[in-house]
Amino acid sequence: MKKDYVRPVDFRNGRVDMSHGSGGRAMAQLIDELFVAAFDNEWLRQLNDQACFAVPGGRMVMATDSHVVSPLFFPGGDIGCLAVHGTINDVAMSGARPLYLSATFILEEGFPLADLKRIVESMAAAARDARVPIVTGDTKVVENGKGDGVFITTTGLGVVPEGVEISGDRARRADRVLVSGTLGDHGVAIMSFRENLEFETTIRSDTAALHGLVAAMVAAVPGIRCLRDPTRGGLAATLNELARASGVGFRIREQALPVRPEVHAACEFLGLDPLNVANEGKLVAVCAPADSARLLATMRAHPLGRDAAIVGEAIEDRQRFVQMETGLGGSRMVDWLAGEQLPRIC
Amino acid sequence: MKFVDEFRDGGLARVLAGKIERAVEPGRRYNFMEFCGGHTHAISRYGVTDLLPASVNMVHGPGCPVCVLPIGRIDNAIALARDHGVILCTYADTMRVPASERSSLMKAKAAGADIRMVYSAADALRIAREHPAREVVFFAIGFETTTPPTALAILEAERQELANFFVFCNHVLTPAAIANILESPQVRDIGTVPLDGFVGPAHVSCVIGSAPYEYFAEEYAKPVVIAGFEPLDVMQAVLMLVRQVNEGRHEVENEFARAVTRDGNVKAKALVAEVFELRRAFEWRGLGEVPYSALRIKAKYARFDAEKRYGIVYRSVADNKACECGAILRGAKTPKDCKLFGTVCTPETPMGSCMVSSEGACAAWYTYGRFRDREAA
Repeated sequence: MKKDYVRPVDFRNGRVDMSHGSGGRAMAQLIDELFVAAFDNEWLRQLNDQACFAVPGGRMVMATDSHVVSPLFFPGGDIGCLAVHGTINDVAMSGARPLYLSATFILEEGFPLADLKRIVESMAAAARDARVPIVTGDTKVVENGKGDGVFITTTGLGVVPEGVEISGDRARRADRVLVSGTLGDHGVAIMSFRENLEFETTIRSDTAALHGLVAAMVAAVPGIRCLRDPTRGGLAATLNELARASGVGFRIREQALPVRPEVHAACEFLGLDPLNVANEGKLVAVCAPADSARLLATMRAHPLGRDAAIVGEAIEDRQRFVQMETGLGGSRMVDWLAGEQLPRIC
Repeated sequence: MKFVDEFRDGGLARVLAGKIERAVEPGRRYNFMEFCGGHTHAISRYGVTDLLPASVNMVHGPGCPVCVLPIGRIDNAIALARDHGVILCTYADTMRVPASERSSLMKAKAAGADIRMVYSAADALRIAREHPAREVVFFAIGFETTTPPTALAILEAERQELANFFVFCNHVLTPAAIANILESPQVRDIGTVPLDGFVGPAHVSCVIGSAPYEYFAEEYAKPVVIAGFEPLDVMQAVLMLVRQVNEGRHEVENEFARAVTRDGNVKAKALVAEVFELRRAFEWRGLGEVPYSALRIKAKYARFDAEKRYGIVYRSVADNKACECGAILRGAKTPKDCKLFGTVCTPETPMGSCMVSSEGACAAWYTYGRFRDREAA
């Protein structure tokens, strides 16, 4: 009898076809040779339809995030690492330690397997670096023209340490607002690759997993009131969300906002406001005034918080408006973004 | 950022604010219209009014290209994309301008029309080259700033012998609109819009130069100061206007000398003259029919003219009855005078055009200024 021989998946020239999602041998092979090989961990290796793991005590956190970014590859990252970082960050913004991830792929028929491999390997590297394993997943294939290459949904689980009570509705009057670094890097990096708009820039996406920074912050100031990552809609949207949930207003100072000169320049000629532009590796923190100096020092001591700054404070405002003192010396509102400013960015 | 931060400097702003404060005469009101949406936006975004004395009142003018586009023209554009199956290329702001029957280019796109946002006329030309089997129409709007690039696109289409590229021309002229405001009964006869002077356009003046304003300054005895779009430009222009008013002068002064000359951009003007000619009249939102206020494509380039190619018939459509955009564009009312403002009319669901573009008076007030309404109340 002949020895079993299976022709390996052609990751060089092959393309996704309908059989990769049909439940047959081709799908099993793709899962084996690509997903299990790249994400390799004890749970995935069992090849069950679910992952079974022990749950530590305390409150659990769950977050999910779909990624439909275009272009799939951009300066500083790609949809793969973005899908890992995005969900880890959503879990971490509760103060939790992220433990496990799941990943769902919706692939479009015809999508190059080489690109898929690159994306999956980027996800695997991001998960490995973050020490958060991808323990279960799913793959579906849609017909040509019914998707946009690849969409990825990730879900994350984590556990909140005892005594940590972080929530968007906890900001109080006079609390300080901190940001962990420069604003708008991700959105501008994506824009620079947008069809019809290519411009040369050295700006890279800031995509990063922030749970290490959060762990340091929570250890230094367990009483942090709010944490949020200002992704779509930028700092403006995040502060408006926190204002609405907490029933306060915010007043920030334009001159205190960290913005790279390159980002400022790109926003200037594209007519964008860095406050509305997305970030993927930054967070906004709100804490009591007495804690702000310690929190700032902790953030600056971490590689992902080097450019952290105190940018404003919560004020009493029944209308829950976000105001800004401009560099010129006047005042204006910082409103939600109206309409769509960017293509799909995360 | 170099060449930008210098014009937004807080220290210089305080110095200028002090000079304006000292220059204004006690008991006198100064009402200045900033014609351009670019100035309206700068004033709101940087909080310039916080640095001006209470006696200086800035009146927002009609210089927002998206705002002055009448509903009928948007309807025409939607019909082009929907009924003629063309690829319609448009500047992004135009996408959200409300049209008839609660439609807009954005909604027409969602319903299946092939409408694409472009950043320049050259992008539309490229799309035409890439889709030789399709007809591509560029929805050309804007003042003298966007007109030369449209002219260039038409000349380029001719050079490349493109048979599938057309332009739906809606370019309008600044001087005609200023004259219309100065001639309006609200300014001339009943004085409900007291105007002591104009902050003149920045980018428009780069193209047309400062000379075209000399007539207004002389004929209507109103000072004009051409100013850049940075907040310190606006403050410097206000100071220059206050001084002119105090001294009883009415001259054209050029604050934006780093970019504007008396003759403007001669090359750009020649391009425009080659391709376009005056229309007898054109409807503006808010101002109504304004004689000789817009351009159309010359007969020589008629084969690129979408109006001729598709037999476009213009039909005037009235604004929503409660919408005050018209009065706001003439400077007769402010956004706060409109019942729709901030209730059913917001940037997410604009009823009137002034709420669409970030340069529109309503959108600027809603986005940057409405926290003041409560302070005033």
